[in-house]
Amino acid sequence: MNSSIVFQTVMYLVVLFVLAWPLSRLLATALDGSLSSRFAFLGRSERALCRLMGINADEDMPWWRYALALLVFHLIGAVFVYAQQRLQGSLPFNPANMGAVSPDSSFNTSISFLTNTNWQGYSGESTMSYFTQMLSLAAHNFMSAATGLAVAVALIRGFVRRKAAGVGNAWLDIYRSTVYILLPLSLVVAVFLVGQGVIQNFAGYKDVKLSETVTYQVPKTGADGQPVKDAKGNPVLVDTKTAIQTLPMGPVASQEAIKMLGTNGGGFFNANSAHPFENPTPLSNFVQMLSIFLIPAALVFMFGRWVGDARQGLTVLGAMTLLFVTMVGVEYWAEIHANPILTHLGMSGLPGNMEGKETRFGIVASSLFTVITTAASCGAVNTMHDSLMPLGGLVPMWLIKLGEVVFGGVGAGLYGMLIYAILAVFLSGLMIGRTPEYLGKKIEAFEMKMVAIAILATPCLILGGTALSVMLDVGKAGMANPGAHGFSEVLYAFASSANNNGSAFAGLSANTPFYNVMLGIAMWFGRFTVIIPVLAIAGKLAAKPRLAQTSGTLPTHGPLFVMLLVGTVVIVGALTYIPALALGPVIEHLQLFGR
Amino acid sequence: MSKAGLSLFDTRLAIPAIFESFRKLSPVVQWRNPVMFVVWVGSVVTTVLGVHALGGHGEAPAAFILAVAAWLWFTVLFANFAEALAEGRGKAQADALRATRKNGVAKKLASAARNAKVQVLDSNSLRKDDYVLIEAGDIVPADGEVLEGVASVDESAITGESAPVIRESGGDFSAVTGGTRVLSDWLVVRVTANPGEAFLDRMIAMVEGAKRKKTPNEVALTILLVSLTLTFLVVCASLLPFSIYSVGAAGAGSPVSITVLIALLVCLIPTTIGGLLSAIGVAGMSRMMQANVIATSGRAVEAAGDVDVLLLDKTGTITLGNRQASAFIPAPGVTEQELADVAQLASLADETPEGRSIVVLAKERFNLRGRELKDALFIPFTAQTRMSGVDLGVQAAHKAHEGDIAVAAPATRQIRKGSADAIRKHMQTVGGDFPKAVGDAVDDVARRGATPLVVADGTKVLGVVELKDIVKGGIKERFAELRQMGIKTVMITGDNRLTAAAIAAEAGVDDFLAEARPEDKLALIREHQAAGRLVAMTGDGTNDAPALAQADVAVAMNSGTQAAKEAGNMVDLDSNPTKLIEIVEIGKQMLMTRGSLTTFSVANDVAKYFAIIPAAFAVTYPQLKALDVMHLNSPASAIMSAVIFNALIIVALIPLALKGVKYRALGAGPLLRRNLLVYGLGGILVPFAGIKLIDMLLGAAGWV
Repeated sequence: MNSSIVFQTVMYLVVLFVLAWPLSRLLATALDGSLSSRFAFLGRSERALCRLMGINADEDMPWWRYALALLVFHLIGAVFVYAQQRLQGSLPFNPANMGAVSPDSSFNTSISFLTNTNWQGYSGESTMSYFTQMLSLAAHNFMSAATGLAVAVALIRGFVRRKAAGVGNAWLDIYRSTVYILLPLSLVVAVFLVGQGVIQNFAGYKDVKLSETVTYQVPKTGADGQPVKDAKGNPVLVDTKTAIQTLPMGPVASQEAIKMLGTNGGGFFNANSAHPFENPTPLSNFVQMLSIFLIPAALVFMFGRWVGDARQGLTVLGAMTLLFVTMVGVEYWAEIHANPILTHLGMSGLPGNMEGKETRFGIVASSLFTVITTAASCGAVNTMHDSLMPLGGLVPMWLIKLGEVVFGGVGAGLYGMLIYAILAVFLSGLMIGRTPEYLGKKIEAFEMKMVAIAILATPCLILGGTALSVMLDVGKAGMANPGAHGFSEVLYAFASSANNNGSAFAGLSANTPFYNVMLGIAMWFGRFTVIIPVLAIAGKLAAKPRLAQTSGTLPTHGPLFVMLLVGTVVIVGALTYIPALALGPVIEHLQLFGR
Repeated sequence: MSKAGLSLFDTRLAIPAIFESFRKLSPVVQWRNPVMFVVWVGSVVTTVLGVHALGGHGEAPAAFILAVAAWLWFTVLFANFAEALAEGRGKAQADALRATRKNGVAKKLASAARNAKVQVLDSNSLRKDDYVLIEAGDIVPADGEVLEGVASVDESAITGESAPVIRESGGDFSAVTGGTRVLSDWLVVRVTANPGEAFLDRMIAMVEGAKRKKTPNEVALTILLVSLTLTFLVVCASLLPFSIYSVGAAGAGSPVSITVLIALLVCLIPTTIGGLLSAIGVAGMSRMMQANVIATSGRAVEAAGDVDVLLLDKTGTITLGNRQASAFIPAPGVTEQELADVAQLASLADETPEGRSIVVLAKERFNLRGRELKDALFIPFTAQTRMSGVDLGVQAAHKAHEGDIAVAAPATRQIRKGSADAIRKHMQTVGGDFPKAVGDAVDDVARRGATPLVVADGTKVLGVVELKDIVKGGIKERFAELRQMGIKTVMITGDNRLTAAAIAAEAGVDDFLAEARPEDKLALIREHQAAGRLVAMTGDGTNDAPALAQADVAVAMNSGTQAAKEAGNMVDLDSNPTKLIEIVEIGKQMLMTRGSLTTFSVANDVAKYFAIIPAAFAVTYPQLKALDVMHLNSPASAIMSAVIFNALIIVALIPLALKGVKYRALGAGPLLRRNLLVYGLGGILVPFAGIKLIDMLLGAAGWV
């Protein structure tokens, strides 16, 4: 078992790096425009499209224009996704006859998919028509990932350019990311997944007869959609019998590929990648895990390539890998320990905590997937995170709270990590007696201001949102689990939203107007209070001259800087969240094992 | 100047500083420092809570709340004390400087002429572009530029150098500094600075906290500290609802008290660096002043830490000011002694240091004494002939009219010394020839980096005197240190390439610029800056001004012209070009102190969490006791110990803040590793020990 986790992790990383290296070349040539100048027809079609849209393809946007373009793009997208959900009942490709989605859920979902969060308050198979899934949700899976790429590229340009006014053209960056990178990769992955058994059809839902009648209990819901609770505050359960199971269908594979590649994570079905139609085999599981880190890893290689020093990229990658491997270790360690309540009852403690896990994946692949999906801002799950052991749940929650900088979201992981790098450089630069610089750019008051906003915003959203929810009755109403675990669920929900992850501790009834609105706000501000400062930094850095590296300059490559970067990420993450984590998973762990 | 003799906590400074730290409790003063302002607000709130609790309805025992409040006030006071002490030291130095410029009277002239109408007024009422007359015995009333006259000036008040210097109009010696004294003759001076704007005034303003403008890096660091403070504010504020929820969920204990939350907040926010930040800045400025350097802005001091390239003038910086004779190389058929004898004759009347060194060398080597010369006419060096020497056997008649042009009768013996070219030309006029061996010797000497001086007697070339540049002792080691720090040194010289290369090799500089004209210097600076390097240089002449203005750190010599001083961003009162190296070190030291204390401050938080979190929530979740790794006496004791440690560490670090982190000439990597180990790892470990110790003392005293 132990050797299995080591083997799987090592094999995973090796395959990842082997694939990411060549991909980084494609990324660089696609995003710096050399691909479209080498193949004239690509350049011509770019220009034709720009003319059609009334965009000046040659414009080199200053950072605020770039940010404005992204905001406009998102606002239009939000209106579009919202409208489609509300009107889906009268739109085509709706064999299951899904009606209009509620306004608050539509609001939440539109922001969720635009911001690359893919938090899902709804269940896909019982809420969305195929048309909505494909045109609104899958489409925004592409565009939100492209946005992340664009922002990362703009930041890299900030480091590379000297005394430049602009950071690139937002429209071109989004177009090139989508058409040259995301679409072809998704096609390959989708076809592979279909080969593994992922479904892809427009058929209606299929009813199949069960071999025996099943009795199960469902919580009773009142007129307001809230679970009805008895006098003790426990939900009222009703016995239900059935002999028929309904199998939902749909164009799953096409959405599954970009769900992973774009670190979106929004499942076609509620069970997400635990569902056999989404993720049928260990091999499909491996490919899905690879897809999550593929572009983020390639982007880091590309970063090194683009700034003209591959070591810079390797250093960032080293820091990410170190954090990743450590977290996999902790997660696995937490999950091979069975729940002591069960072992006290005489159950075997082997193979560990299997609650909420698929037997076809087991503890190793489940732990690995859990860490990968929360290290990146993916949020797809093949395991119920709510059923992880307390410390097993702390790992994904904390990875999310670090800002998902361990490989991270497409683009978002790199720019998030570079924000930490700027912070690390600021302190360590001072410690060697120089005003700080990173990659030859001086880090001054303006950059620090933006770094402060980017790092400060998400803790405010997470802690503020959680505090509000545990104080208000509407917030507490959604909590099915009392005590520290219920607290963890709310904390996880806000962490996941504000950092645009999208995975959830289930157990929290989040599809209520209160949570839909609160989490929607957290997702929107969580995304843009980082993107806008990052673009501002890019703009300011691009305007600066690039200083020469001497032996007196702080070397931002090599093991020392890896440790420094890891230290900065961990210290910031620890100092901000220790009290909250102490009252959530830590106390839960102590209570569980302290008996 | 009272440079020395002020120990760190000298009572002459410490006692006023204590008073000052209470005066600084005013919220208006605290507002300038956001981190300490939060502590100040926390102190006020806990005091109010404590007084309220005296009535018996407090959220915690009144004694506990008031004890926390008291230590929070101490935290503020300690930070104030650090700042006041740094200011006090700075002011003591400034006062010493200021004492030199007592307000005196000035003789204002109606126009820029000696005989214009004189109006006597207070020197403080002089304005820029006024004209003043300064006569023997007068104190120079303001910084200015000499328009007319020549005078000897005693600048010892500023430089400490007792020998008077000559100041005259035009050229490189036209600047006078306020506070110096004219010893002889008179000067007409144009005032170049309004009162309060002179260099000294600017420097004084920078060591007085209230007027001190934050330097750019200080602003950036403050932003970081404020954002850390805000983060912890959110963390602590959210703990109250979390705690209320937890109490409800666990059904045990009571919500965390406001006092504990404030204590936690104050412990977490970076009070250590927040409290010492301005003291570090002031101390940096006063270290500059101790080095007798006046910086015009804090920005310049910071930039000094970033310098990548140092441009150093050869003469005076790398080599001693003067070249010295080091060898006689005779022509074929001439003995060394003959050459020495003639060379000495040619130099007897030569008062230049080079000339004197020839006389000395001849004496040392061949025991040749200086002698009285009869019928001799000395030929001084001129820029046209580029030779000097002596004519012997000149008729007495001509000597009678000294000062007349000596052309009449040809001398019996013409002895000349000069550059190879000049002597070659001279030989052509007198019909002698220039042996090839001498030519070779000249090249040899030049290749060694020395200056060849050819000596001729009549039509015969006797040989070469080697004049050597003497590289300053210890300079090579300094340059090696600079190289370790990643700073490149470039020697600037008017010498030819061969000579320059040899001296560069001997002194161990990285590069040199030979046959440099002022515009070459400017071009070199621009070239380095275009490649992204920060350049520092020193200069004194008016023709240095453009280069000084272009350089990122420009140190003008106090002895230099007003133009040079205006163009530079620092003035070295000692006019010592080697000072540049010290300036770089002071700049670096200031940044290092800031960075190290910030790291230390943030690293401290880990231990404080371990002390306070179990203490704050133990009543709700007893299991959290497991996190109390220090095994502290009680929750109250844990919180008190953390707060007390947090206050005392400020006092403990005052000496470090004022003296600065010791600078070591290491490369960036080793230096960082070292400081991370000391201040990062140390910052994590020290508070564990400190808090435990305070807890034990509190326990032993039976206070908790």
